[in-house]
Amino acid sequence: MSQKLPPGLQLEKVDDRIMTLNVGPQHPGSGHMRIILKVDGDYIVHCDPDPGYVHRGEEKMAEYRNYITNIPHLERPVIHDSCNILYPYCLGVEELLGLEVPERAKYIRVIAAELNRCVYTQYWLGIYGIFLGHSTMFMWPVGDRELLIDLLDKMTGARVTHAYFVPGGIRNDVPANFEDVCLRQVNYFEKRLKEYADVFYDNPILISRTKDTGILSREDAIKLGTTGSVLRASGVDFDIRKKEPYDVYEELDFQTHVLKEGDSYARSKIPWLDMLESCRIIRDALQKMPKSGSVRIKLKPNPKGGDTEVYRRVESGRGSLGMHIVSQNKPQPYRLKISVGSFRNLIAMPHLLTGEKLGNLPPVYWSLNYWPVEADR
Amino acid sequence: MSVIAPKFRLGYLIKGITDNIFWIIILVTLIAIPVVQIVLIYIDFPIIDGEIWNPFRVLDAMTHPERALPLVKSFMQTDLFKVVAFPGFGFAALIAAAVIFVERKMLAKLQLRVGPFYCGKVEGILQLMGDGLKLISKEIIIPAKADKPLFWAAPVLFAATAAAFVALIPVAPGWVVADIDLGLLAVFAVIGFFPIITIVSAWSANSKFPFIGGIRALFQMVSFEIPLILSLLGIVMLTGTLNLSEIVESQASFPWIIFMPIGAIVFFICILAELERIPFDLPEAETELTGGFHTEYSGMKFGVFQAAEFGAVLITSALISTLFLKGWEGPFLPSHVWFLLKLFFFAFIFIWIRATLPRLRIDQIMAYAWKFLLPLSLINIFVVAAEILLLGEQITDSSGVRMDLTAGDMWIMAGINVVVAIVAVIGLSKITGMDAKESTKVASATRIIEGT
Repeated sequence: MSQKLPPGLQLEKVDDRIMTLNVGPQHPGSGHMRIILKVDGDYIVHCDPDPGYVHRGEEKMAEYRNYITNIPHLERPVIHDSCNILYPYCLGVEELLGLEVPERAKYIRVIAAELNRCVYTQYWLGIYGIFLGHSTMFMWPVGDRELLIDLLDKMTGARVTHAYFVPGGIRNDVPANFEDVCLRQVNYFEKRLKEYADVFYDNPILISRTKDTGILSREDAIKLGTTGSVLRASGVDFDIRKKEPYDVYEELDFQTHVLKEGDSYARSKIPWLDMLESCRIIRDALQKMPKSGSVRIKLKPNPKGGDTEVYRRVESGRGSLGMHIVSQNKPQPYRLKISVGSFRNLIAMPHLLTGEKLGNLPPVYWSLNYWPVEADR
Repeated sequence: MSVIAPKFRLGYLIKGITDNIFWIIILVTLIAIPVVQIVLIYIDFPIIDGEIWNPFRVLDAMTHPERALPLVKSFMQTDLFKVVAFPGFGFAALIAAAVIFVERKMLAKLQLRVGPFYCGKVEGILQLMGDGLKLISKEIIIPAKADKPLFWAAPVLFAATAAAFVALIPVAPGWVVADIDLGLLAVFAVIGFFPIITIVSAWSANSKFPFIGGIRALFQMVSFEIPLILSLLGIVMLTGTLNLSEIVESQASFPWIIFMPIGAIVFFICILAELERIPFDLPEAETELTGGFHTEYSGMKFGVFQAAEFGAVLITSALISTLFLKGWEGPFLPSHVWFLLKLFFFAFIFIWIRATLPRLRIDQIMAYAWKFLLPLSLINIFVVAAEILLLGEQITDSSGVRMDLTAGDMWIMAGINVVVAIVAVIGLSKITGMDAKESTKVASATRIIEGT
């Protein structure tokens, strides 16, 4: 028999201590998703990410369209990284159809992909800044991003949804004075990136806020299947551009950056280092690029893939981005499976957030380099 | 046209206007003029400069404005004018609007953008008015389970507390609404209201995110009030007064910031935390708490909160310049110009900090207040007290026993205090170790919780 308590006084149960918070989908710190948090005081005891609010069935849509007409809608999940999400598709379709891309087109593809990686990472960095209450770090990357967008606009004719890569090359050649303009803007961009370090990455408050929060060990990073900057921040040297070089990446001079800490700070610094590396790649590619030549192979209407399947992957802004195309001798793919870095990094989120403080939610969440729309596909 | 007035005729319009004029004339001659006459019989006319100000004198002054000067001058001496217009709320509201505008433009310049630009033709100068109109015209939504009386009262109380602050600040010699001897104590009392009002507003909304924000605000404000009050005791010991005007006059030769650098630093940081400005804006951290305790407030209730917060920025900038930087005093320029210059200087430092620093975490802030600022302010008190005891000469007069310091003693004091400030700040930051060590402790604590 339990002791009878006076009226109005009850033993505290575990459920009374725990409060459930719905962070999202209408929340400034969530993105297009919901995170169900259970907090005990200031500590998160349970974290359940709930994506799927922006699912648009890209994979199913791809089954009803021809190989060429798939291009504009496939870039919709990440419109600010549209060159990189089209890259594995184009590589796969070229393998299916047996196309050999002209040399100049390969270099221009690399330049466009690296520019687009910078555009994406600038956007990501701006949101990381405002998540930590640093409004200058929101405005600066978003402002500098405009220069690269203008450059891509000159190159492709559209500001964000370029639809620039096509199976067999690129849609159109770059304008005549492109090399000078590109070099100038990339040099300026690199100078600005070093200023970001002064105001953001070397900021003592940022370091005390994000150092040693959300530590993902090397073993956990591999076991949970994370990729891209998250994996490289945990000390694993894995970059598709180095491991499985596509197009002309093996001829270019660059390196990948690896940090051993595995905390939010390292995860936020890796994309910045990658942007500096992208500037090197672009300069190198501009130098080695053939000055003239064809940029696109002429295809016959409605080309048919063979009775086979291919899987190609590239390094996008969020890590490995692979596309598995199953072809059954038709103009349409039988099945298109997209494997994105965002979703793979999201898997690490409950592991990292459980036991953290509520104040660590924004830096840990956004340092996972996660884009909700891409994860839902 | 046809929809609005289907049977519009010019004749009807003219008839309507003449009818209205007819009735106005009838009512004025039959009712208003007799009522005014009867009232004038019973009230006394004010006597200014030996002249009786009857209604005819007022009409005369309206035709010749220079004859109204004595009336205006006498009105400026009244308490009503002080409260409503110059050192009081009208002035404060005007300066608060200026602070908001300067903050928006300055922050925009620091972040490589232009800020408000189109509204009002000249650099978006009327943007604030447009925002105010928008907020007024918006619907005020009250949550269904809110505590409605408290939910309505909280923004008003917040604004009223910020406005009560205004009365205590001396703007120029003699220009202060409430020149009370316990002015500094009154300042502490008014600051003490803010956490209560914040928790009232958070609790009454009956929502989760405001609740967490309110609890955070309560923790933060209560913790930072203690070093805030202690950091000013050095000044009180040196000047022997709590009256703000007398504190300004006591800095006639040199500002207290030279003699008490620790006090100035601690006071400035505590003010940042009390105002919930970046880097201490956790109670309204929008990416964690969707805006903290003003999440559920909409429309003009939110606007009142915002206006009161900017009013508090203005007033605390004025308070720092009054206590540590000679207040209104300065060469060449009039005193209220100096006051405004110093006020905007501190407001600019607030903006600069906002553009440079990210947000802290609540445990870091609490550790900072209790482990760093509180010992610093205690060191300040003990050092100043020891210096007064050792350097000062004891004087006994009609007001009692007090210690007197000469100018030479003060300079010795300034030298010691600057050295003590540098040693104390560096030493304390080493001892408390607010860097990686602290957060590894937190991480190990979280592993324990994870296990349970």
